[in-house]
Amino acid sequence: MFERMEDMNATQTAPPIGLEEFSQGRKIKNALKNLFGNPYNILVMVTILLLVYFIVVPLAEMISTTFEVAQRDLRRLGAGVQAGDFTLFYWNRLLFSEVSSSLLYKPLLNSLCIALTVSVLSIILGSVCAWLMVRSDLPAKRFFSLAIIIPYMLPSWCKSMAWMTVFKTPRIGGTPGFLTALGVNVPEWLAYGPIPIVLVLTLHYYAYAYLLVSAALGSINSELEEMGEIAGAGKIQILRRITLPLVLPAILSAFILTFSKSMGTFGVPAFLGMKANFMTISTSLYATVKQQQTTTGYAIALILILISSLNIYLNQKAIGSRRSYATIGGKGGRSTLIGLGKWKPLIVFLLVLFVGIAVIGPLLILVIDTFMLKPGVYSLENFSLYYWVGSGNPTIYEGEPGVLVNSRFWTNTWNTMKLVVITSVFGTFCGQMIGYINSRSRGRFSGKLVEQLVFIPYLIPSIAFGAIYLSMFSTPSLGGIIPSLYGTFTLLVLVSVVKHLPFSSRAGTANMMQIGIELEEAGSIEGAGFFKRFARIVLPLSKAGFLSGFMLIFISIMKELDLIMLLVTPTMTTLPYMAFSYSNANMPPYSNVVAVIMFLIVLIVYWLTNTFGNADISKSMGG
Amino acid sequence: MSTIVLQNIDKYYGNNHVLKNLNLTIEDGEFMTLLGPSGCGKTTTLRVISGLEKPQNGKLYMDGELMVNAKELYFAPPSKRMLNLVFQSYALWPHMTVFQNVAFGLSIKKVPKEEIKTRVENALRRMQILEYQDRYPSELSGGQQQRVAIARAIVTEPRVLLLDEPLSNLDAKLRIDMRSELKRLHQELGTTVIYVTHDQIEALTMSTRVAIFFEGQLAQVDTPLNVYQNPADLRVAEFIGNPSINFVSAKGRLEDNVLHITSDVGDFTFGSEHFTENEFPRQGEFDCVLGIRPEQIYLRSSPWHDAREAVVYASQPAGSETLVQIQMGDTRLLVKQVGTRNYQTNQTVYATILENMVTVYNKATGKLIKMAVELDLEAVEMEGSRSSSSIT
Repeated sequence: MFERMEDMNATQTAPPIGLEEFSQGRKIKNALKNLFGNPYNILVMVTILLLVYFIVVPLAEMISTTFEVAQRDLRRLGAGVQAGDFTLFYWNRLLFSEVSSSLLYKPLLNSLCIALTVSVLSIILGSVCAWLMVRSDLPAKRFFSLAIIIPYMLPSWCKSMAWMTVFKTPRIGGTPGFLTALGVNVPEWLAYGPIPIVLVLTLHYYAYAYLLVSAALGSINSELEEMGEIAGAGKIQILRRITLPLVLPAILSAFILTFSKSMGTFGVPAFLGMKANFMTISTSLYATVKQQQTTTGYAIALILILISSLNIYLNQKAIGSRRSYATIGGKGGRSTLIGLGKWKPLIVFLLVLFVGIAVIGPLLILVIDTFMLKPGVYSLENFSLYYWVGSGNPTIYEGEPGVLVNSRFWTNTWNTMKLVVITSVFGTFCGQMIGYINSRSRGRFSGKLVEQLVFIPYLIPSIAFGAIYLSMFSTPSLGGIIPSLYGTFTLLVLVSVVKHLPFSSRAGTANMMQIGIELEEAGSIEGAGFFKRFARIVLPLSKAGFLSGFMLIFISIMKELDLIMLLVTPTMTTLPYMAFSYSNANMPPYSNVVAVIMFLIVLIVYWLTNTFGNADISKSMGG
Repeated sequence: MSTIVLQNIDKYYGNNHVLKNLNLTIEDGEFMTLLGPSGCGKTTTLRVISGLEKPQNGKLYMDGELMVNAKELYFAPPSKRMLNLVFQSYALWPHMTVFQNVAFGLSIKKVPKEEIKTRVENALRRMQILEYQDRYPSELSGGQQQRVAIARAIVTEPRVLLLDEPLSNLDAKLRIDMRSELKRLHQELGTTVIYVTHDQIEALTMSTRVAIFFEGQLAQVDTPLNVYQNPADLRVAEFIGNPSINFVSAKGRLEDNVLHITSDVGDFTFGSEHFTENEFPRQGEFDCVLGIRPEQIYLRSSPWHDAREAVVYASQPAGSETLVQIQMGDTRLLVKQVGTRNYQTNQTVYATILENMVTVYNKATGKLIKMAVELDLEAVEMEGSRSSSSIT
């Protein structure tokens, strides 16, 4: 009762309490102040606008372009039609005309078969390797674990160059391959077409399955398996009924990844298929764009996007909410290794054989080939540094100088390094900012929107993404605010940053989630505004993640060919493209030199990453 | 210096109504504890006061100054509220040393370097962790981290100090030490303290007043002694006190302004001078519940005065006290006796209930209708010593 008296006194001494009139004006003013006075809201709004502009608008524009008459097709469509009119001409041509079969259906069927075979094979190969490395008592694990992921560092099309060096037949002209030179009659199906494409892609993509599955296996507590043993299950039963279901989500996401990637991949089918007239959907897309049938090309790209979206949708339905078993087991505490017993020598032998043929082999072939003056002649007299430092002999490849003394090489190296460094810095920064938004607005609409938007580039195969940007930025856009970017360095940076956003922002989110929100709240209690909190709390705490995120994008962009394929111009070229064009011009030794140099750069960066950044490369699936 | 008034505060997380029309006044210099089971809204209340959380409805005043007016979407930022907060997790910045952690707020306020140094050192000295000033939080024990968090909160000399379950991460012994230290700190600094806990012993031993929350609503705001002796309703009565209170079903009837109670444990009459303002039927018989604290029952082995006969159900001697369960008719009562007593199971004992200390609740509403009253000085002294021994 005494309390109540005091309360009354309090209200009397502070007259305004509870007596203010409600003011609609003040409410609106405060609402605006809350919205725009908070830099975080501004950040979110700007991010959403940028994401819409660089991801949604290009996609929408590409879709609408396929329904509009293009200037160059006016004559074909007859009189009375104007550029920009609505038309189903392109879709009709692609889907229901006499060229549909060669333009779309055959390549699509080829691609689907290749993608399916590659996915199944690489998941089997990758999972077996992962199980051996993580759960068995395999010897020399340090060596094997490095050897197994070397394919990841070597771009897939480099491996197809190695394949060509060995199996090339005289049919398409140029110098003969290693086996032909030895007098072996190489059958066509082994030199070109679906079989070499599947083999080369499998030897590349199994590394992804390996990385994902070994991460999942590593997080399983071996007590779960031991419990199975106590319950009386044999080794095979444990593997089938406990281990496999636990890593199933990882296997399924490896499937999405390999399937979409081999659907969209361009380099390997270009090297091993296009010349023999074996088309996949990505080479068909490239060919149509190169033949100035850009609109039809966009329509093909849309079909590619549709297929990868469907694939991801079906997989997510299949995986459902069980996506991350791995985290349930937590860190997994102890992990008891499983003895291979009497199989050990055989398994080690097979693995060494595999590493020798699939991993070291291609690399060795590429390196040796760069030192052979006359291609196909493998003798000591033929050893030469000509393709590295030769000064240009008119009798050899029309006087093209050795790569290291070629000024174009240094321009391209400079371009590549510039592109890679700028994109990595910029891309990492964007990824971290988006990660910050994602981690701080969990469950809010803005956070969900950003997450969804950022995921879109993942759906779009690299070559299609390149096509979109070609369409969007070859003319001035946004009423002239953004000039035509075709052939500029800026466009290459832009496309690389946006395409890698799904990976960089995932790394950024993981990094920012580690910084508890209370650490920031403590800062705002102390009176630190958004920028002070960011500079003095968030940034210092996210430094380590920044570095490893940077390295991941670096490696991935270094190898990038598909994405920039359609965007490079003779004056603005990178190392991967240089290797590609050498190979296209039937100058394999030169392209091999470039490929070997690229591999060295990636290897060094990977080593630095592992030593100083302790980054987990399984987080980056960009290459 | 700082009176805090919360008016009609509503807070939702999505569809979850966490704070329901909350009204609370916290006087200047008070040590106010927000107490309740987990999920009752006490931490949310603290965060609303701190400015980290924006309520959807209601107003907040500090020192007569409007800080929150949800209807007009006005929310003063935390830094304008002259308060500081100790987080349950401490939230020490792992990349800063102890000194830098404590100095952060002052450096944001652009206090001169020299002054920062003296003030930080004073705060660290007060918390007895000056020698650790160059260490990083990860190099400190939990108790030391706790002290850094408190030093960081008091160095800015806030008008209000908010503490969110600060002791919950400490081990039992350290918790008792920190309790007395926090109590001293409050007396020395003279700031208003708002303290969130689910531990009733912390609440009763440290606070000047306790606010008890259930499901986002205030059940009672009172002094610790009153909360213990006269819980406002059955929920509070059950929540406060360890071992918990005995509830006894009874029948009540008002005659000539005197409440007549009949029950298994005896018949009582209470005069109207101890009635509360809560409603109960003025005519006829009605159901009520008696609240009897275990230490307000006395046991003897032999008949004495009007002591009622009972049978020992189980006896739990624990050195400093003995808990005895007795059966009286259909009712089982828990009795707490000081010191070690030995009772045999099924032994007949004689129980006396301290009649004035019995509380009576209207069963239909669950509200208190008759307060416990201490009659003479001796009883007061006895109860004082008893209740304090029961809660430490």
